[in-house]
Amino acid sequence: MIPAPAFLSNPERFMAFSRWAAPLFGAFAVGLALVGLYLGWSAPPDYQQGATVRIMFIHVPAAIMASVVYVFLAGASFLALVFRHVLADAAAEAAAPLGAGLTLLALITGSLWGRPMWGAWWVWDARLTSVLVLFLFYVAYIALRASLDDEAKAARAAAILALVGAVNLPIVHWSVTWWNSLHQGSSMFTRGALAPVYAQPLYLMMLAYLSAFGSLWLVRIRGEVWRRRAEAAALRAARA
Amino acid sequence: MIDFDVGKYAAFIWPAYVVTALVFAVLIGGALNHSRRWKKKAQSFPAKAEPAGK
Repeated sequence: MIPAPAFLSNPERFMAFSRWAAPLFGAFAVGLALVGLYLGWSAPPDYQQGATVRIMFIHVPAAIMASVVYVFLAGASFLALVFRHVLADAAAEAAAPLGAGLTLLALITGSLWGRPMWGAWWVWDARLTSVLVLFLFYVAYIALRASLDDEAKAARAAAILALVGAVNLPIVHWSVTWWNSLHQGSSMFTRGALAPVYAQPLYLMMLAYLSAFGSLWLVRIRGEVWRRRAEAAALRAARA
Repeated sequence: MIDFDVGKYAAFIWPAYVVTALVFAVLIGGALNHSRRWKKKAQSFPAKAEPAGK
């Protein structure tokens, strides 16, 4: 077994930790989002994109989180598959609907940004298509878990699917450099690519999305722990 | 100074923000509902009831 912090590897300690950590992350998310949106809406319109630059503050964090959540999903799936870690399996299951929601949000807000800038709601461009594939992997993961009655088999099959889907992550990230693309390259992590007046609210919104995910992930894992306890108790009651 | 005047791009910017609010509402509501439902169910079994407040 690989070493893990006790509060993450022991369900009892995890429940005690997440009880205060989930609302704390939620409060951080609200505070960061309020400041980020205030700064974002106070920034002047971009000289090329005009007021549509306001969509950047909600689209870019959703797009980055779509991949980040999948990294967590694949990592937790790996721990569950190889080390049979119960909490890791609950963490993977809990991450999937959050990742699917954020990926869908990235696709919709991207489309609403693309229409006025590119003149098209959608193009079969490498970045857009690979993000759509990412969304389909999330949906397939959720569907696979729901379709098998045997929870252990469902967890194993879904974990394998999650690890296969991880191959798509570098394609999502480097699609704009490997292929000609309408989608712009990475500007968030490139020094000087964004004027501070846009970069500051964008980083704050990125942290807000990350905190919101952290909070919701903990709440969902808690729900999974409760579900497994309820089902185990129901089984014991049926046998008694 | 906040500037809500988005001019000709209003048809794209406001729906993007509305969709964002809706998606977050669904994610938050879904997570809280899932957790509360199963907590209630788990605590309905007295033999293995969890310590209160966890």
